[in-house]
This record gives sequence, structure tokens and C-alpha cells, in this order.
Amino acid sequence: MFLAQSSPFLKPGLSVSKMMTVVTLLMLPGIVTSTYIFGYGVLVNIILAIIFALAFEATILYLRKRPVAIYLNDKSALLTAVIIGVALPPLAPWWLTFIGLFFAIVIAKQLYGGLGYNTFNPAMVAYAILLISFPAEMTTYWQTPAMLAAQFDGQTLTLLETLNFQLFGQLPAGMTIDALTSATPLDIVRTSVLNGSATIDEIHTEGHAFGQFGGMGSEWVNLAFLAGGLFIMKKGLISWHIPLSLLATLGFLSLLFGSFELDSNPSPLFHFFSGATMLGAFFIATDPVTAPTTPKGRIFYGAGIGALIYIIRTWGGYPDAIAFAVLLMNMSAPLLDYYTQPRVYGHKADERDNEASS
Amino acid sequence: MSLSSTLSHLWPFPGGVKLAGHKTLTNHQPITTAHIARQLIIPLSQHIGQPAEPTVNVGDKVLKGQVLGYAHGPVSAPVHASGSGVVTAIEEHLVPHPSGLSALCIFIDTDGYEQWTERSPLLSSQQNISELSSEQIHEQIAKAGIVGLGGALYPSAVKLKTAEKMHTDTLIINAAECEPYITCDDVLMQKRPEEVILGILLIKKVVGAKQCLIGIEDNKTEAYQTLLKTISGYNTPHCDTQIEIVQVPTRYPAGGEKQLIQVLTGKEVPTQGLPMDIGIICHNITTAVAIYNAVYRDEPLISRIVTLTGGAIKQPQNMEVPVGTPIRDILNQAGLDETKIEKIIMGGPMMGFALPSIDIPITKATNCILVSEKGELASPPPAMPCIRCARCSDSCPMSLLPQQMYWYAKARDLEKVQDYNLFDCIECGCCSYSCPSNIPLVQYFRYAKTEIWDDELERNKANIARDRHEFREQRLEKAKAAKAEAARLRKEKLLKKKALDAKKAKDNAKDNTKGNAKDNDEKNQSDKHSSTDLIQEAIARAKAKKAQQQSQKKNTDNLSEAQQKQIDEVNERRRKRS
Repeated sequence: MFLAQSSPFLKPGLSVSKMMTVVTLLMLPGIVTSTYIFGYGVLVNIILAIIFALAFEATILYLRKRPVAIYLNDKSALLTAVIIGVALPPLAPWWLTFIGLFFAIVIAKQLYGGLGYNTFNPAMVAYAILLISFPAEMTTYWQTPAMLAAQFDGQTLTLLETLNFQLFGQLPAGMTIDALTSATPLDIVRTSVLNGSATIDEIHTEGHAFGQFGGMGSEWVNLAFLAGGLFIMKKGLISWHIPLSLLATLGFLSLLFGSFELDSNPSPLFHFFSGATMLGAFFIATDPVTAPTTPKGRIFYGAGIGALIYIIRTWGGYPDAIAFAVLLMNMSAPLLDYYTQPRVYGHKADERDNEASS
Repeated sequence: MSLSSTLSHLWPFPGGVKLAGHKTLTNHQPITTAHIARQLIIPLSQHIGQPAEPTVNVGDKVLKGQVLGYAHGPVSAPVHASGSGVVTAIEEHLVPHPSGLSALCIFIDTDGYEQWTERSPLLSSQQNISELSSEQIHEQIAKAGIVGLGGALYPSAVKLKTAEKMHTDTLIINAAECEPYITCDDVLMQKRPEEVILGILLIKKVVGAKQCLIGIEDNKTEAYQTLLKTISGYNTPHCDTQIEIVQVPTRYPAGGEKQLIQVLTGKEVPTQGLPMDIGIICHNITTAVAIYNAVYRDEPLISRIVTLTGGAIKQPQNMEVPVGTPIRDILNQAGLDETKIEKIIMGGPMMGFALPSIDIPITKATNCILVSEKGELASPPPAMPCIRCARCSDSCPMSLLPQQMYWYAKARDLEKVQDYNLFDCIECGCCSYSCPSNIPLVQYFRYAKTEIWDDELERNKANIARDRHEFREQRLEKAKAAKAEAARLRKEKLLKKKALDAKKAKDNAKDNTKGNAKDNDEKNQSDKHSSTDLIQEAIARAKAKKAQQQSQKKNTDNLSEAQQKQIDEVNERRRKRS
């Protein structure tokens, strides 16, 4: 007569699809700022990434004989695509995005069993593979329209010209590829300090790396992502544990080492507001599938990422480190989950330890 | 602990969820009364433990309040007639239980007179509770068939006895009512505060509690104010214990026994333990009123207040309903819109269960009937994969890891699920509710629990079978050994006898050869003598026995002449015929 179903019967307030949509929408402030600073390339990247992601996801779901419409609707591929789109250099050629999405969706996600089963953050797998395979393309297309305008008497790339370059590699007359390459603030600081060619103060006076408080240009992008991130936190879609422990560790380490050697260590503010710090702390590291699930585990996880970011940025071989830091900590998530189980109501505090040791 | 310090210090429980209350549908309506049903269907098992044993037969006329079944076993409760009439059947009928199974019920065709059995209240409202001994109250509670009305349905008398034995010093009255839609406790407190407080005082007296706290969610301001006012009349300085009423934050499941204890006292009930292990006893506010009715009115537990609510009910309300009234009757009385019905749920939407039919009776357990319209409650959408978002563990009031338990339950790794403390799960439903992938987590946990219980049962059965087998083997072995022993003994005896005979024969032969005639003769004679003696003795015994038998009186002795004559005639006839 009536539908057999067991309690609870109340309508759940949230679905995976809604979660992913809200998180994606809250990346908009960052995307808009990024487009403003780095040009139309950002938008082109994101749109290309979304198209590739959905195509790959649908194909694999079809091959895996899964209901394509239902699983596509979870919008997890959308979020992965947007993150990759924002993370790639603004003037990246289309095939870079294509290869990235292939690794993200097909290899890192679907071949592991699809949403929920992947061990590694798909977007970061893609980023790491691209960074290792195409280091030049991944680090040099960070020219901002403002810098371009300074070189070419106020001439920048229009949307069409951007598209033309990214899809077909054709530049408007008078512009060379060299004009489009520019190192990121993080890159400048790292190479100068590593080479010993300049101190932080000297880089400051050169005025290519430091902006008002963070990395030149990227500080505003980071600020926008911070705002969006705080909002998803307020909406209860992510917990405070990972972003806070990540930023706290990163800040603490930069403060600690900065107090020893002011000359070669940029301030915590620079670390917070350059590269992909805020995007990483609020939108990447908080990917639920690949992060630990216990509160304590999340704190260790965030702190681990923060520490690794600092280590790789300062002494590693790459200017930014979010991808490697996140991937390294992804590996430790199951372990963290196991050893940080909360005390269950009515149990003694040391019960789990006794069990483990016995 | 004084009132103010309790108020200022609460210990919030982890997890929990904020839910839309839907309580305003019913919490300001007066309590209505159900019409007398034409037929009452009264299940004999409306409590945890053994079902009651029927004391009436088909065709018996019963009065309202009369015992229909007595408590059978150490954990059981009696069942009473909730109306006067005639018992028409005692048979299996569908009862409101999550299993959807049938149970033995007593059917009464009501006569409409509502004639009561004789009642003699222990106390009148003018008298003081101190005039009663706690034994008297306890006995009355047992007699009235009162069970835990918060949902556990554990016979209150048994619980109170245990509490008394364990020197429980804190009484917590659960008035939180945290489930959405349900307001029966709320209106009870608003409309009958005196009964509530007197009931609590009775429980306090039986338990001998030194501290008494009422926990109420802070969304029931009216009930809180009413009780506060009423309490002030009873919390006189002469009182040995004061009753304190404490508002707790509205967050589901604040009314869970373990959560309420945690919020009010900061203590945790040990796992696998009882609140009494930490000196606490919890009773529901409705149970207190039932106890009041039993003592002040000598009314057994034969009716309760039921919240009738949901989108498919035209006049949502709280109704006082006699136990055994068919649900269909009261739904019709409250204006059921049959076209709108989607689901019918007994209890709240978080922990209740869907009813298979509405032609089943209200029981002592029924606090709410929720009839939802389309779109009001969740229809089970396809479950998506778990994305490990941990919203389930974040919302778990017991700090469990539902997400991990889910994996192991799904894989039927029952040992691992128990490692993750499956049996601490209170099935409140917070995890399922907050799961964005729509995974029916609680259903998985219920499944795992039943599987484990089944396995245990099987194991027990296997153990019993093994024990039996071993016992049988042992018994057979023993019998065999005994047989062997007997055989050995017989053999030994035989051998001994043979040896003796041989010896005798040898002796005789020896004597003969020696030619000691005199001796021989003497010996032979003595032997012979002894044997003839034995024979004679036996004959004498037989004779004596015969004589004794003869000497015993028979009915043929001392016959009168007439009788003798008759017998002779009979014998004569017999002879002739033959």
C-alpha cells in the first residue's frame, strides 16, 4: 500500500550535485579577478576544460556502463575542470588543457572507480603531470595584459586574439611568443634567492614580484579566492580544519625561517597571497574524496600540506607546490584516518590505543 | 548544584543536526478526545520483554480498566481494557511494529457505556505524597502496566526497582521532544502541568533521588514557563529535593537519553551500560503523567496523547486516544485527506517507521502519526557513491565514523563494523539525513546489527547442539563404562564362586582321601543340616504368609445368613450354566 522505506524520512538538505555547484559558483570571484588580471585566457582555459571534462567523463561512464546522465549530474567533473582551468597558465595552448583533463578524469578518477574511489586529487594529478612533462609551457605563459600593454604601447590581446593563439598558436602581427612569456612572482623570488642574485629587498625595489601585500597580480586573485573560500566555510560545505591548519603551518614556517634570514625569505603575507595558496587551501586541499575524514586527521593533513608547500617553494625544484604537497598528503589520508579516530561516546580515552597495542 | 549554576552550565553534545520543527502545526491546539471506537484491538505485547498472558476468554464482558493480560515473566507488564464491552476474539493481528509482523491481540466490541472497574486511588489530591510508602507506589506502577513512553517501552516498575537497588541519585525527566512534528509532550506540559509535577514527585519518591532535573528543548517556551510556575508551588523550602527545569539548545537528537544526560550532567553513559551505572535514571514526561494517573486516579495505562499531523491531515492536533483504537478511526476524526496521502509514519520522521496499513491499533508506544503529502518527506532517491565528505561523522552525536562503518557493513565484514563500535549507534538518523549522496546509512547499520545478532543466535544454537552432542557422547560412554564395570563384577563374582566351589570340592576330596570319616560325617551333616534348615525356613515363611493372607479380613467374612444364601445361590447358578 505504502512505500517501504526505513527512517529517517526527512528530506536531506544537500546533495553532491548541489555541493559541487555551490563550490564551483563560489570560485567565481577568483575567476573574475583572475580574468581581470591575467586576461581572457583564463576564461578560455576554463571553458575548454569544462568541455573536455564532460566529454571524457561521459565517454568513460558510457564505457563503464554507468547511467551517464545521473553521474554527470553530480558535477564533480565540472569542479575539477574549473580548478584545472584556473590553475593553468592563462595563455596555455589547448592541448595542454586536453592532456590535463585526460589525466584528471580518465586516469586519476574514472580508472580508479569514479567519484569517491580515487585516492589522488584528479586536478592535482593533472597539474603535476603537466608540470613534469611540459615545464616550459606550464611556467612561462603567465604574461599579464598590463605587462603586455607596457611592451606594446597599450596593445593587449582581445578575446578573439587569445582564442586564436590558444587554439591555433597564431599571434597578432608584431607580437612574438617571447613577449607572452613571463615568470610568476614565486618563480622570480625562488630563482633570485636560490641563485643568490638578489635579496628580498632588491627584488622589492625591482618591482616585478611584489605587489601591495603579496605576489604581484596574484595577490588579488588570492584575496578573491579567500573570500569565496570563507563563504563556502560559512555555508558549512567545508570545515575549517584543513584551510586553517594549512595556512597556520605555512605562516608559522615562513615566519620562523623569515626571522632567521630576512634577506632570503619572503614574509608570510607573500606566501599567503601568491601562487595558488588560497585556491589550494580552500578549494583543492578540501576535496573530500582525497582528504581524511576525522577532524584531527584533517588538521594533520592541512598542516602537512602547509609544511610541504613551504618546503617545496623554498628548497624544491618548482616555484609553486600546491599540487605536489596535496598529492603527497593524499597518500597519507587513510593512515591519518585510522590513527585519528575520535573517542566514541561512553568509551574511555585510551581504549583505541590499548586495542592497537594489544 | 543550584538552579542557576545548572542553567549556566550545559555540556553540548557533539554532532547533531538542526531540523525544521513543523511543531507549530499542533502545539497550540487543545488536547481533543478520540471518539469511542466500535472495536478495540489490544495487543498483548506493548512493551519490551515477555507478552502478557491473557486472563479473559472470548465472550467475556469486560469493564474499562479491567486486566486483560497479566505480566508474565520478570520483564513484562499487564495490559488493560481501554473500554467496556465484550471480548470477541483473541487472535493474531497486524500491530504497529517496524517488523510489520502480527502479534496476539484481544478484540473488544465496545458497548459505549465506558463503564469502569472499581477504582480506589491511593491518594487524593489533598493528600501529601509522603503518606505513601515507595513500595505502595511501586506496586501501583506495576499494576497499572506503565512502560517507558519515550519510546523504549521498558516496564517502568522493573526499571524503578533496578534504580532503587543501584542507589540512583539523579532523576532526569526527558521533556526534550526533539523529533520534528511531535508535540504530545509539549501540550501535555502546557495543559496538565500539575499532573506532570506530581508524577515526577512520585518517581522521585520511589527512586529516592537526591537531584531531579527536567530537560526541555528551548523551542518550547510556553511549556517551560508553565512548568516553571507550577514547580515554584512545590519547591518549598521544606522539600528535601528541589525539581530543576533546564532548557537545552534545540538540536536533534537532544532528547536522546544519552545526549540529554551528557548535556545536563556532562557525564557519559558507559558503552554497553545503563544510565544507572553512573547513578542516573531517565524517565519520559509522559511516563510521569501515567504514574500520576495510576496513583491519584487508580487508572491503568489505557490511553495516551497522540500527535496527528502532516500535510494530508486537515486538522492537525493532539488527541487523547484509548489504546487499541484503530488508527483509521482517529485519522478520520482529524480529517484525513485520502487523496493526498504519501506515507504514514508512526513516531517522528527521523526515527519512526512507515506503517503497512492504517487498520492497526494505537498502542502505548504511539506518540505520533504523521501522514505526509507528496513532497513533504524524502522519497528515496538513488544513492550516489560516498564522497567521504564526513558530514555523517560530523553530525554523529556518538562520535562514530558512519562512513567507515558503511564500507564494512556493505562488505558484510561484521567484525570490522564492530571494531568501529557499531553497537554504540543509537540509530538517530543524523548521518543518513546529512549524507549528500543519499546513502541510507542507518539502514546499513540496522542490517549489520541484525546480521550479527543472527550470527550470534546461530553460534549459540551451534554451541547448544555441540554441548548436547558432547553430553550424549559422555552419557553413552558412561553407560558403556558402567556396563563394562557390571560385567567385570559379575565375572569376578563368578570366578570367585568357581574358585570357592573348586576349593570346596578339593577340600572334600582331600577329606575323603584322608578317611577321616567322623569329621567328614559331621561336616556333611552340618552341611546338610544347614541346607535342610534353609528349605524348612522357606517353607515356614511361605506358610506364615499364607496364614497371614488368610487371616486378613475379606468381604466374604462375617456374612449374614441371607447374604450367604444369596452367594450360594449365585454359585449354584454358575455351576449349572457351566
